[in-house]
Amino acid sequence: METAWYILVALMLAGYVVLDGFDLGAGALHLIAARTEQERRMLLQSVGPVWDGNEVWLLAAGGTLFYAFPLLYAASFSGFYLPLNIVLWLLVFRAMGIEFRMHLANAVWRDFFDGLFSIASLLLMILFGAALGNVLRGVPLQPDHYFFVPLWTDFRPGPNPGALDWYTALCALTAAAILTLHGALYVIMKTTGALNRRLRAAVGRLWTVVVVLSIASLIATVSVRPTLLHNYRAWPAGWIIPLAVAAGLFGVFYFSRAGQERYAFLSSCLYILAMLAGAAFALYPVLLASSSDPANSITIANAAAGPASLSLGLVWWSIGMAVAIGYFVFVYRMFRGKVGLDSAEHG
Amino acid sequence: MVAGSYTAALGRKSVSKNGRPGSRPPLLGPAAVFIGRSWNRVHAMNDALFIHRIHFAFTITYHYIFPQLTMGLAPLIVVLKTLALRANNPAYDHAARFWTRIFGINFLAGVVTGIPMEFQFGTNWSRFSQMTGGVIAQPVAMEGVFSFFLESAFLGLFLFGEKKLGRIGHWWAAFLVFAGSWLSGFFIVMANAWMQHPVAYRRLQDGSFEVASFWGVLSNPWGLIQYAHTMCGALITGAFSMAAVGAFYLLSKRNEVYGRMFVRVGTIAGLVASAAQIFPTGDLHGRYMAKHQPVTTAAMEALFRTEIGAPLVIIGQPDIERQRIDNPIVVNRLLSFLIYGTPVAEVKGLNDFPKEDWPTNIPLLYFAYHVMAGLGTLFVLAMMLAALLLWRGALYQARWMLWILMLAFPFPFIANIAGWLTSEVGRQPWLVYGLMRTQEGYSSTVSAANGLFTLLGFMGLYAMLSIFYIFLIQRQIDRGPETAPDHGSYAPITVSGGAA
Repeated sequence: METAWYILVALMLAGYVVLDGFDLGAGALHLIAARTEQERRMLLQSVGPVWDGNEVWLLAAGGTLFYAFPLLYAASFSGFYLPLNIVLWLLVFRAMGIEFRMHLANAVWRDFFDGLFSIASLLLMILFGAALGNVLRGVPLQPDHYFFVPLWTDFRPGPNPGALDWYTALCALTAAAILTLHGALYVIMKTTGALNRRLRAAVGRLWTVVVVLSIASLIATVSVRPTLLHNYRAWPAGWIIPLAVAAGLFGVFYFSRAGQERYAFLSSCLYILAMLAGAAFALYPVLLASSSDPANSITIANAAAGPASLSLGLVWWSIGMAVAIGYFVFVYRMFRGKVGLDSAEHG
Repeated sequence: MVAGSYTAALGRKSVSKNGRPGSRPPLLGPAAVFIGRSWNRVHAMNDALFIHRIHFAFTITYHYIFPQLTMGLAPLIVVLKTLALRANNPAYDHAARFWTRIFGINFLAGVVTGIPMEFQFGTNWSRFSQMTGGVIAQPVAMEGVFSFFLESAFLGLFLFGEKKLGRIGHWWAAFLVFAGSWLSGFFIVMANAWMQHPVAYRRLQDGSFEVASFWGVLSNPWGLIQYAHTMCGALITGAFSMAAVGAFYLLSKRNEVYGRMFVRVGTIAGLVASAAQIFPTGDLHGRYMAKHQPVTTAAMEALFRTEIGAPLVIIGQPDIERQRIDNPIVVNRLLSFLIYGTPVAEVKGLNDFPKEDWPTNIPLLYFAYHVMAGLGTLFVLAMMLAALLLWRGALYQARWMLWILMLAFPFPFIANIAGWLTSEVGRQPWLVYGLMRTQEGYSSTVSAANGLFTLLGFMGLYAMLSIFYIFLIQRQIDRGPETAPDHGSYAPITVSGGAA
């Protein structure tokens, strides 16, 4: 039962990264890639109707985590207090940037909101990457499974690390590169004209950066916490995940070259899902590792809610998510195809 | 002097709540004597529990400005869209679009201030989350899964998809956004109701709680009453806001077709909602509370001693130290009558309860409750007057009444927030009533300084949000219902190749 919820929570977080990931990436590109007012409107239009729904995955994942593993929710949210609050602030800035822009016709205000949206998106990708790095590295858990990390200490992933050290910074950069590429592929798929051409030209370079950073962060992860390979040794079937990672990366390269925009974006989705699956597979059954005494680690066994809550939850969760996925299919179908500039719609 | 004694009270309160020996740093021993009374002020801001309480209180209070208008406007927009379909009158369409624009700005403010709330259980109240996650997180997670996905999916279509969806389809989008927002309110009220009146739970070996009955948590009688009362309150906010914009247009002699429409719809909805707010929902809520949280009722009413034929205090400031009420205006025996239906019933006063179970801030509780109840009464009177004039066909010319309607709109916001303060301050000193005390629930790993840092951050951020919010809403009201939509962002561009 705990394992089932582990998979469900991981799936929801992965859903969040894949979905909100592309609009975060698009946001990071917004200032640089979209240069004219027309292009910026086009980029915003490509993510505008869906970003809010994508962000709901974070909320739903947070709620589900709270329900299934209350101790993990309690310990990690209070332990990562500072970075998490900064994430919340950035989410507020970013939403203001996207939604308030359209209400003001003044060019200075537009630039202001564009900057808010773009910078907040970039910083969010960095913080999410660092968060994953912290989970992979482990935190100084006390015997009661609680901890507190400052933003940084000595920038070394030792027994007493901060949220930011050289390893988590590498993870942050990797995540930013991966999601920027993801966002670029999404915007390419949704747009035409100069914006589309400019991003296509950038994909090759972004792809190289992603490959280099992915390999570097894999090597760093194994050296920071060698025990993460344990599950791969125990269950060799897990090696299918790195194969999927490679396939996704290759797919991005191949389909971008071939001009098949949809498949290039889907390959990027596969790549991100496989990377996250690889991390989830390596971590299991530990949810949050202790960087000091392994006995303090939070596992699915000591963090799970009561058995009755877990089995009850499976029923309503399945129904709710089935309906929610229905909405998503409906909305994405309504807004499918490229963003056009033809007629005016009521706003 | 007044401010000094206030902070002194806060300081003393937090010391007694904390109850930790040595919570005063030894370094300040002689200095504390020198600093004297002002030490208490320093101490309160050093107290992590105090900071976490203020943190939650500030962020939730600010947040609730927006959802009450969201939940109040959503059904009124559905009403306008229904009228537009039935009457085939384009004015109703313009009116619906106008309120939809305001709704969109307001909804966004609600979303961005709501996200921190969901995370704050974990960041600032981790011990509480760990113990009660098995129950509380059920409605919280269900809100995400059942209502946020629904709202967010249809909000985009509701705001930007009128042409794409057609008239009927767009009516449904509006309806589903309304349903999503009310469903969202339901789950949150149910989570709160479990803290007020815990039902359908089991305790595990480590003391934590788990759900014993899925429907039990979702049909908590406290929660059903509280939900009805909260939704009526939201509707009052929506109705008064609509009436105020209408009155503004009529008084300034512009957009008068819409002015009359907004005043009419706002008055009718406001009369129904404000009447239902007192009876039956407020009445039921008050009685249920008197039965299950009698010490809260005694503190709300400032009833220091148990009395047969207890009076209702209408006006007066409770002096907790001397156990009396300054400049009181009371109605004899009314409290007994309101709770038990007979003027001679006995109502328990604070003296019948152990002091450690008294709400920790009785003056705030007393004032919050009296502000809510007083304003609620005035809302009924104002709306009855407006409805009478409407019925006689004199409302649109009665400038004095229009002035009242225009100036009244901030008060439902205040009354709603005062109501929540009553509920939450009244629950103290408990997080889960009778089972878990507030001092057991906060994040002891998060220092007072870190808590204060993020509290200040939220204050700054929300100040900025407030300025944009007021500016953008004012701009929509100024532009009026018949202006062309905004151009120049993602909204006005359509998607080619989409389903037509």
